[in-house]
Amino acid sequence: MTDLTASQVQSTDAVRARSRFPVHIAVFLAPAVAIYTLFSIYPLIDTIRLSLYAGDETGLRSFVGLQNFRTLLADPNWSGQFWNALRNNLIFFAIHMVVQNGIGLGLAMLLSLPRLTGGSVYRTLIFLPTMLSVVIIGFIWQLILNPLWGIAPSLLDAVGLRSLFGPWLGQESTALLTVSLISVWQFVGIPMMLIYAALLNIPDDLLDAATVDGAGPFSVFWFVRLPLILPTLGVVSILTFVANFNAFDLIYAIKGALAGPNFSTDILGTFFYRTFFGFQLQVGSPTMGAAVATAMLVIILIGVLIYLFGVQRRLQRHTF
Amino acid sequence: MTKLHSKAFLRRAGRLLAGASVAASALAFAHAASAQTLTIESWRNDDADVWNTKIIPAFNKKHPDIKVQFKADPPTEYNAALNARLAGGTAGDLITCRPFDASLDLFKKGNLVSVNDVKGIENFSDVAKSAWSTDDGKTTFCMPMASVIHGFVFNKEIFDELKLTPPKTMAEFHAVLDKIKADGKYTPIAMGTADQWEAATMGFQNIGVNYWKGEEGRKALIEGKQKFTDPAYVDVFKELASWAPYMGDGYKSQKYPDTQNLFTLGRAAIYPAGSWDVPIFRKQADFQFDAFAPPVVKDGDKCYISDHTDIAIGINAKSKNMDAAKTFLSWVASPEFADIYANELPGFFPLSKAKVEVKDPVAAKFVGWRGTCESSIRNSYQILSRGTPNLENELWNVSAQVMNGSMKPEEAAKKAEDGLASWYEPHKK
Repeated sequence: MTDLTASQVQSTDAVRARSRFPVHIAVFLAPAVAIYTLFSIYPLIDTIRLSLYAGDETGLRSFVGLQNFRTLLADPNWSGQFWNALRNNLIFFAIHMVVQNGIGLGLAMLLSLPRLTGGSVYRTLIFLPTMLSVVIIGFIWQLILNPLWGIAPSLLDAVGLRSLFGPWLGQESTALLTVSLISVWQFVGIPMMLIYAALLNIPDDLLDAATVDGAGPFSVFWFVRLPLILPTLGVVSILTFVANFNAFDLIYAIKGALAGPNFSTDILGTFFYRTFFGFQLQVGSPTMGAAVATAMLVIILIGVLIYLFGVQRRLQRHTF
Repeated sequence: MTKLHSKAFLRRAGRLLAGASVAASALAFAHAASAQTLTIESWRNDDADVWNTKIIPAFNKKHPDIKVQFKADPPTEYNAALNARLAGGTAGDLITCRPFDASLDLFKKGNLVSVNDVKGIENFSDVAKSAWSTDDGKTTFCMPMASVIHGFVFNKEIFDELKLTPPKTMAEFHAVLDKIKADGKYTPIAMGTADQWEAATMGFQNIGVNYWKGEEGRKALIEGKQKFTDPAYVDVFKELASWAPYMGDGYKSQKYPDTQNLFTLGRAAIYPAGSWDVPIFRKQADFQFDAFAPPVVKDGDKCYISDHTDIAIGINAKSKNMDAAKTFLSWVASPEFADIYANELPGFFPLSKAKVEVKDPVAAKFVGWRGTCESSIRNSYQILSRGTPNLENELWNVSAQVMNGSMKPEEAAKKAEDGLASWYEPHKK
């Protein structure tokens, strides 16, 4: 096609297009909008609507306003469980932030060492658990930590530390920490990869310049690399936050929906599951479950908003 | 892109969509036309083999025109999965019923139909039907299938080696435990608290009936004449707490399959059991095992057993094959079904009045206690688990905690009672 014909077509078309609705924009947006509306926005709004209703024993639903939320926050039978789940969830998140993202950052730094051999092998191995099914992860770790036939007690025995071993998954004081660390082990590959990619993006000139100016390895990390990967750390944090407050599967696989002992591993996801679907003799309540889900949505929303307005606006993205 | 192009593109996309939807609806129609089979929803995935190779073929001998398909979910997911499928209209024709409120709830929501008019329902006593009837007892909505009985299974070879006899009283029980512990080779009690329900069902409900005198105590609890803080109930928790030193290393994170393996590998002497464990042990254990009934509190006491109505089958109200489903239910009520079920799945005992001979000696022993002891069902199942907090969940929680030593028996009793009193009128006084 020559330039001449192209400009001719454009000029006649442009006149008509300006006066009429831009169909192509709608067409291009349609798939995403349709899929999002159908599978994300509609269920979200319907969940919020459902949380304002209550069902009687025949399954008929009637509008009750904010009654479900009042029950959830004011009735001690509900609020006790809710705050307990929220507290456990915060601990779960804190452990991920400190341990998972800390180790992820450390591993990324190690991987980006210039004279590292076999880097891609480590990278693959560390990332591998992320791709495994949660059920398998739960099963493997329960076997490893099993006091009767697990290898953890025998390994500790071999180095003379058998007395340190305990039924960690079964004790109220250690169960949540153990489950969190299993989850950390599984997902540490994600922050590692994201941070590693960010580190690779830093031009060598900057690091060389800093070194020439007399900065040691620690100063280079602290004053050059860390500020440059801060936006990535922010993204990692928000991903961890959302994933942790939606977490459910690992705890369900390891501890069941009653999240024992004494609800010490109960997080919002398992609390929601029991409420919505019921458990053993507890009959599930879709409306109360929707209220719990809405509460979770609000909590996640608050977290994301704090991040967006409190953190992200202050971060500067450096481009080279 | 020019307008002409975009129009053509849209038209093509539209045609594609239309074609796809026609194809999809044609498929759906073909599916509906071929659906002449009955589908059974169940949580007994362990029994799929028996259903497919024994029960369904036996039914088809009589009714070759009705195809039956057995579809099971894992037990812990059944209630949730079933409710979701019922809500979505994709549930099977026949629904395996949990006892009491879970099924009553389905009936009240119109998901199950009354089976009062199904032939064969007259083969069951009122007690057998109680778990699947409305509170006034007038309407039954599931055909009872089987009950499970609690007791203790023991490794006969270990008992012979240590010259032990099955205990009859709690004092004898502790003497036996002490001897096994003193010998040091075997774990006296195979039990874990990680799954929580083991502590509540195999512990609390298993031995508890002898303390609260079976039905007498269970009914008094429902009427509000007894409370969990009464000595009978506190004593059960005290007894459970005393088991801790006899349980395996790290029992706090020991799960149900671990417990089963501990026993079938011959490393534990006594296994607080549900009768449903018998067929599993029959397959896995290569030693002789036997059973004793829950020991009574004092010598000469009347004995009680937890003979829990556990499983029944009802009809999905939306089923398109209502007549075929009723035919199947009538067959489930027949002595023929009772005989197959009792002997293919020893440990599930038929509830019908028909006399059935159980061939497995250990399972026969379990069912034999019906003759010598009084039967009762689990005390948390009828009515008492309707409110929040859920009594059954509470009992799992506190029983496990008592055995873990993180809660005193008196505190456990108080927690269960307080929870119940917070919503159940007869306990508010």
